[in-house]
Amino acid sequence: MSLNSLLFQALDGLAAASGLFFVAAGLSLIFGVTRIINIAHGSLYMLGTYVAATLANHIGGALGFWGGILTTAVLIGLIGAVIEVVLLRRIYRAPELFQLLATFALVLVINDATLWTWGPEDVLGPRAPGLRGAVEVLGRYLPSYDVFLIAAGPVVLIALHFVLIRTRFGRLIRAATQDREMLGALGVNQALLFTSVFALGSLLSGLGGALQIAREPANLLMDLTVISDAFVVVVVGGMGSIPGAYLAAVVIAEVKALCISIGVVTIAGVAVNVSKLTLVAEFLVMALVLIARPYGLLGRAQSMVRALAEPEDPLRPAGPALKLLGAAAVVALALLPLLARNSPYALVLGIDVLIAVLFAASLHFIMGPGGMHSFGHAAYFGLGAYAAALLVKWFALSMPPALIAAPVVALLGAALFGWFAVRLSGVYLAMLTLAFAQIVWSIVFQWSEVTGGSNGVLGIWPTAPFDNRAALFWLTAALTVVGILLLRTFLFAPFGYAMRAGRDSPLRAEAIGIDVKRVHWIGFTIAGAVCGVAGGVFAFAKGSISPETIDVSRSINGLVMVLLGGIQTLSGPIVGASVFALLQDTIMRQTEYWRALLGGVILLLVLAFPAGIVGGLGKLGTAWRRRP
Amino acid sequence: MNREIMLEAENLSAWYGAARILYDLAFEVKRGEVVALMGRNGAGKSTTMKAVMGLMARREGSVRFNGRDISRLEAYRIARLGLGFTPEDRRIFSDLTVVENLDVGRQDPRKFADGTPAPAWTPEKLFALFPNLAERRHHLGSQLSGGEQQMLTVARTLMGNPLLVLLDEPSEGVAPVIVEQMANTIVELKAQGLSLLLSEQNLHFAALVSDRVYLLEKGHICWHGSMADLLDNAEVQRSFLTV
Repeated sequence: MSLNSLLFQALDGLAAASGLFFVAAGLSLIFGVTRIINIAHGSLYMLGTYVAATLANHIGGALGFWGGILTTAVLIGLIGAVIEVVLLRRIYRAPELFQLLATFALVLVINDATLWTWGPEDVLGPRAPGLRGAVEVLGRYLPSYDVFLIAAGPVVLIALHFVLIRTRFGRLIRAATQDREMLGALGVNQALLFTSVFALGSLLSGLGGALQIAREPANLLMDLTVISDAFVVVVVGGMGSIPGAYLAAVVIAEVKALCISIGVVTIAGVAVNVSKLTLVAEFLVMALVLIARPYGLLGRAQSMVRALAEPEDPLRPAGPALKLLGAAAVVALALLPLLARNSPYALVLGIDVLIAVLFAASLHFIMGPGGMHSFGHAAYFGLGAYAAALLVKWFALSMPPALIAAPVVALLGAALFGWFAVRLSGVYLAMLTLAFAQIVWSIVFQWSEVTGGSNGVLGIWPTAPFDNRAALFWLTAALTVVGILLLRTFLFAPFGYAMRAGRDSPLRAEAIGIDVKRVHWIGFTIAGAVCGVAGGVFAFAKGSISPETIDVSRSINGLVMVLLGGIQTLSGPIVGASVFALLQDTIMRQTEYWRALLGGVILLLVLAFPAGIVGGLGKLGTAWRRRP
Repeated sequence: MNREIMLEAENLSAWYGAARILYDLAFEVKRGEVVALMGRNGAGKSTTMKAVMGLMARREGSVRFNGRDISRLEAYRIARLGLGFTPEDRRIFSDLTVVENLDVGRQDPRKFADGTPAPAWTPEKLFALFPNLAERRHHLGSQLSGGEQQMLTVARTLMGNPLLVLLDEPSEGVAPVIVEQMANTIVELKAQGLSLLLSEQNLHFAALVSDRVYLLEKGHICWHGSMADLLDNAEVQRSFLTV
């Protein structure tokens, strides 16, 4: 390929970078001040594209297009302000991850609201009035609109920089990023500041979305793709750094553009299709950046944020009542196949719930006691599932050895990824785990010769004696119970205390001789292995495994389950996963708009139980005992 | 002399999570008075200040400031009534310059209940009070020495033109020359009509500036009286202050 076409692709990448920058800058501002990881930020971008395309199509002309884009940006800003006032303001004192759960519920609600309003078809915007032509660059034609976008990025960058440095509003934003409580003690109304920052961030996201109408159609998948791109950009650039966000947007857009333009290359006689790398390129970049520069290209170590949430009660071994309840649950599990003889679906659902419970319990192990918030736990589920499935497919292994291989492969994967991940903390750790999960996902998706690509691996049926529903259920139940007891044993062993000490105060833990990174690494690996069991069972229970069952939504579902149950109790993930799996099953069968319903239920739960279901019940119990 | 009461706490209690830190404290600060809250490490001095300022998640009891009940108000509302707070760990905005830090603390000029204007501060006046800061006005908070940060945190609070300042451990961890400067500053602020409630472990420092003293131990007020009485009472000093 020629140098010219490479440069031309680079220009195209710059145009894409601008949109990415707008949405990432908004995300970064909001995170900096409110410390909320707003997953719904991508949804606002999507809404921006829909609204702007609709305005441009209905009003028409330059007014409809350009006026529509500005109107959309302001409108999305207002929607952001409403979200902040109505929802987020009530949960600023809740644990950070709970806020994340709330914004995830918003994603579901907004997605279905968009589906309800605009229908499932893509919405195409008109071409930009006044910029329909193209300019000749390097012997090719670059759309004038792309030239406009290329310029728009730096203009907004400079404007934002000016606001942050030169205005009091900007100073307050920067101060709030460091210590919002102190800001309050100095007489600054945080609520107002938070609302305005949220509105500004949302406006930027809406603007980014609106500007896309002349480039791509609005569709219902944009929310999650945009938010994951934006996360990558923010993390690569460095949390809170606006210039960093621009730099990272350019780097990532360029890497993607170059992957496409290079196409197939032959390395040592083997043809490699580089364009297939676009799916994973940004995550590879992120993983590399985080390993080399843990706080992003232009970021700095995050100052310790003062937690606003109340300190959590320490983990305690279960009391007699809870132990009795646990034993009763085990008995109930053992009896279920006998009781449910006439409703085979109960067992199918029961297996799903058990797998969810084991998955959530293993995630909780590192999230709660370990304090490592993994956004990519699906990776180990996937490694376990694919290990079992591929062994059956290629080596015709029977079920027991394949099920043993599942946790072993997941353990190896978790040991490898965990080694890097435990070197980071907070959001950065979360993003690195997400990157690893995306890498696993892309390998599975792209390496069709071995993994079956998007079709997955089919025909992974249980072999005797597990080839009937009841036996499979008993096996799943046994593995789940053993897995959970195993995790529990670790937690109440000195190892578990060391892990929690490392979470609560890494410095003090190291000072008393705990190798915090090593302990967390081992914890991460154990969780991965247990998660691999869940994956292996899943492959046999479904008879197949495909990339979409191990994608980012499984990781997010895991987070939701853990948070729903409450992060600081051991029974939390069990209850959370059961409730989630049952809710998902019932709601999905009731309505087309199951996402909105699920989101609504999560929002209600978040507002009613800001400490999770089990945590909330526990607090109620304490209040009951304390009553005068 | 019977001066008006600026700050008055009754039955003030506070908790960190499930742990109760303060037990039914009662104290008052009159207008133009410097009151020291003294006690050993962990006695509850800083917690008392945070509880007054509305920074504790759980507190009970009543706090009145300048005639108003502030026990249910958010911190920013309390600050806007003219109650200033300088935390012991200073909490400078380290990514902002000295001038920017001051700007963040800025509030409108304010009057006492009887209509006399409270001292109105500008960055220039504060630079006159703290000459070291003037030289470093365009440096980032993170580039300042401990003593300079201590001055900046006081100056930042004064930018809000407070009627009363809660000064948490002003002599903690700074060089002796700065401690002396702090003492002079407190005397100067008192002369301008401000009231101060300071928490201190250092009797020598507190004796230089305070009119009255409350002694805290394990979250209880166990003694109070004038500074002169405390200095005469070696027994009380030994029981509650000596390490």
